[in-house]
Amino acid sequence: MSIYPENYLYTKDHEWVLIQNDTGTVGITYHAQRELGDIVFVDLPKLGTVVEQGKPLGSVESVKAVSDIYAPVSGEVIAVNEALSAAPEKLNQDPHGAAWLVKLRLNNPEEAKSLLSAADYRAYVGAEG
Amino acid sequence: MNGKARTHISQNEPLLFELSSPGKRAYQLPPLDVPAADPQAVLGRERVRPEIENFPEVSEVEVLRHFTRLASWNYAIDLGMYPLGSCTMKYNPRINEAVANLEGLLWAHPYQPESLSQGCLEIMAALEAALAEITGMDAVTLQPAAGAHGELTGLFLIRALLASRGNPRKKILVPDSAHGTNPASVTMAGYVVENVPSCERGMMELATLERMVNEDVAALMVTNPNTLGVFEQEITRIAALLHERGALLYMDGANMNALAGIARPGDFGVDVLHLNLHKTFSTPHGGGGPGSGPVAVKRLLEPFLPVPRLVRRQDGWALDYDRPQSIGRMRSFYGNFGVMVRALAYIMAHGGDGLRKATLDALLNAAYVRKRLESYYEPATPAPTLHECVFSDARQARHGVRTGDIAKRLMDYGFHPYTVSFPLIVRGALMIEPTETESKLELDRFVEAMVCIAREVEEDPELVRTAPHHTRVSRVDEALAARRPVVRWRPPCGK
Amino acid sequence: MLAALGLSCLEDLVAHLPPEVLLRRPLQLPPGKSEYEIAAWFRAQAEKNASGYACFLGAGAYRHYRPVLVDVIASRGEFLTSYTPYQAEISQGTLTAIFEFQSMICQLTGMEVANASMYDGSTAAAEAALMAARITGRRGLVTARTLHPEYRQVLRTYARFAQLPVAEIAYEPDSGGLDLADLETHVNEETAAVLVQSPNFFGIVEDVPAAAEIAHRRGALLIVVFTEAVALGLLAPPVEADIVAGELQSFAIPPNYGGPYVGVIATREQHIRQIPGRLVGETRDTQGRRAYCLTLATREQHIRREKATSNICTNQALVALMATVFMTVYGKQGLRELAEQNLAKAHYLANRVQRRFSGPFFNEFVVVCQSRPEAVNEALLAKRIIGGLPLGRFYRELDGCMLLCVTEMNRREEMDVVAEALSS
Repeated sequence: MSIYPENYLYTKDHEWVLIQNDTGTVGITYHAQRELGDIVFVDLPKLGTVVEQGKPLGSVESVKAVSDIYAPVSGEVIAVNEALSAAPEKLNQDPHGAAWLVKLRLNNPEEAKSLLSAADYRAYVGAEG
Repeated sequence: MNGKARTHISQNEPLLFELSSPGKRAYQLPPLDVPAADPQAVLGRERVRPEIENFPEVSEVEVLRHFTRLASWNYAIDLGMYPLGSCTMKYNPRINEAVANLEGLLWAHPYQPESLSQGCLEIMAALEAALAEITGMDAVTLQPAAGAHGELTGLFLIRALLASRGNPRKKILVPDSAHGTNPASVTMAGYVVENVPSCERGMMELATLERMVNEDVAALMVTNPNTLGVFEQEITRIAALLHERGALLYMDGANMNALAGIARPGDFGVDVLHLNLHKTFSTPHGGGGPGSGPVAVKRLLEPFLPVPRLVRRQDGWALDYDRPQSIGRMRSFYGNFGVMVRALAYIMAHGGDGLRKATLDALLNAAYVRKRLESYYEPATPAPTLHECVFSDARQARHGVRTGDIAKRLMDYGFHPYTVSFPLIVRGALMIEPTETESKLELDRFVEAMVCIAREVEEDPELVRTAPHHTRVSRVDEALAARRPVVRWRPPCGK
Repeated sequence: MLAALGLSCLEDLVAHLPPEVLLRRPLQLPPGKSEYEIAAWFRAQAEKNASGYACFLGAGAYRHYRPVLVDVIASRGEFLTSYTPYQAEISQGTLTAIFEFQSMICQLTGMEVANASMYDGSTAAAEAALMAARITGRRGLVTARTLHPEYRQVLRTYARFAQLPVAEIAYEPDSGGLDLADLETHVNEETAAVLVQSPNFFGIVEDVPAAAEIAHRRGALLIVVFTEAVALGLLAPPVEADIVAGELQSFAIPPNYGGPYVGVIATREQHIRQIPGRLVGETRDTQGRRAYCLTLATREQHIRREKATSNICTNQALVALMATVFMTVYGKQGLRELAEQNLAKAHYLANRVQRRFSGPFFNEFVVVCQSRPEAVNEALLAKRIIGGLPLGRFYRELDGCMLLCVTEMNRREEMDVVAEALSS
């Protein structure tokens, strides 16, 4: 059984988005957190920020690397996972669940068509999952 | 284990604040020879602090023991080889320290009259002249305080020159193998970084630059030899291309230890470069400074150098502040003078021939280490290398051991690790720079340690992955430090 | 070794270099010298400098007594000849000392976070200004004219290339302190930071709370700069500041013709990710023992590259260690007593000359000379005393005045000679 939920969509920059009606919940993938190693800090946008697909939304830091997080879809930030600032290690523990980053109100649902399915993403990151 | 190290008792020591108790003192002051002034009366009550809360109070012997115990927890050049690639950790001759501590130099005030500073100015002039000769450049400023500060100065100079021609341009080309300070300095100088990819042999190719250099490019910032230790074979043609298109060639002189006495950047087309006196010229690194980052330039950039400039007048050396085109000041006073003294002493001890011989010995040591390790670790490039050699951890990674683990295991063998995970173009890099001051005996011990570790990786990878085992503290949790930063001591709750 | 490499001579090691880059002649430098000759040459240079003079110069470089333990400790090879402590397990000595340094700087300044050091006070002030611009997202810098003139020059250089406009605030002609009304008119919604030095270049202790109030009302940050760290032993810490940037040369660092010195930046916890330079943090090893390491490295150039908070890499670790030993030797009581001696001596001399400004001062003050300052200094040199700094060079309107500094190193008899020269 795959660790990548079938109902999520993925980007080649290793973000995922779960779209429910006009809301998208965004996170980084299991593969991304494993490449980064121990995550020590998460920098997220403020509520109300409008982000554009493919543009930086925030960043995650491990001890020796910083990675930008790119918005998988465009929209307005309507919720931010505040728990991550106190416990960034959650991103290593549960990247597809409790460690979601932000929720967006989508302003162009059509964009979802450009994203990868779970199967495509699995193929993209290769056998190691 | 090999012949280099064995374990011994290490003293414990609390923090100063934990040693402290009220009334203990380590200082002495002579009796006041004037009437006391009441601080609250002369300054006003609200301007005077009650006390410095929690500031330490310890006795003299406690001060000495505290820092001596701390010292014993450090590795240092004085204890052995320090093969950090790109850092040039060579022996720091103690004559340099002795002359730097002469009273007449140590207590010279930067604003004392020039007529009473001729010794300091003479030293600076001699160093400027020597560095100009070694680099083949026309003028030198000693003001920058460290390599990165020199980079910033050099980039400001480039911007000022191009602006004076009407267009400062927008971009600086930086090879993908560059030190992190390069792109950081570029941003501070108001430019945008554009990465230049290296070819498979780890060099830049003229054809790539042919495509990239246009009217937006202000300069190419190159480290030569680059961070793989490879000399850029096309450097003179690259310089000509840049100049033809109105751009400049900046050289990061971090690796000058490969060139001193052998080749001069000024002769192969470099317009501006910075040096690191704490690398090539043997001044001690001090656990992270002080350094000194002189910048050498061709004549066209000279009018823009920081103020003041050292000039020769009839009655001796003087400082010239009247330089209308200057970029201004990069720091207060004239730079890290004490570091300059040490570097000049090093140059005087070697002379021209000695510097060339030191360079060749550095190349020999690096070539020897590369040759002896090649069958155990994967070389990063087939090209010949100069003062350092870079391997990747590809063979060890198959056993789940990465460069950082091998580095930690080296500590158990009594060595400081090589540079880990740099340059970025090599996955899992091990970057080794032995320098000329290591003997064959020390190099052989190092090689032996590396060979033993390679064997351990195959036979007992867990041993390497969990290293170090014999140091005072075991592997330190850097993630914990970063997640919940504690960057100062606080009294325990309830105290 | 050559044989192991299959080479016949050392020159073979560079045979692969392009022929056009090779230097075909020896470097034109004097032949290598012995230790004895080198020592003799430098001794000759040192003797050309002033020696055996009393000195009343300050202005950013202070002469304070250097306790013997400072050099004993700082010259130990384990501190002197180690690299930046990236490898924590074999660098606990340097890391622990830096942690203690950061802690003591917080205690002295009233800030919550201090970095491991900057090059010097001038670059610390300039980097603090860039930091304030990042935090506020604004571009305007406002600096007191009584910030050290060379610090202002460095600020202008950095600001010019970062395209941040700099405005200067007048000083009150009577008190010599910051002109708060002028500050009020210059701070606006574009202002990122206000830079105020206290004690200022004229030695005057500034009204930091008032400056903070004006800056904060418009959403700007207040940067308090200091050049004379001994004053912190006595003065109320600048707790109203958002950033403190200073020079610790006074803490057992010899004047050394201008460097190496050691700068520092301290700030509030909330700005920790915007502070430039290295930071040491407390952590644990795998067995749970207390240990220290460099931390929050993702702010720095080797990780974040062009997006780093600064390009600073090598800083002034050994000089910071000297300052740490100094602070430890003097300790809570000693630093205060030292500051009180400076205060008393400076006031002794100041009471015997014509002061230019009326504001409260620590150990420096501006004097109105009865003859040309240069002539006064000439006369003093004949008595083996280096007088004050003539101010016309930095402040045209103060031509005819000089800045004097008195520390615990100046004896009463010397001060009497200076007082007499200044009033004739």
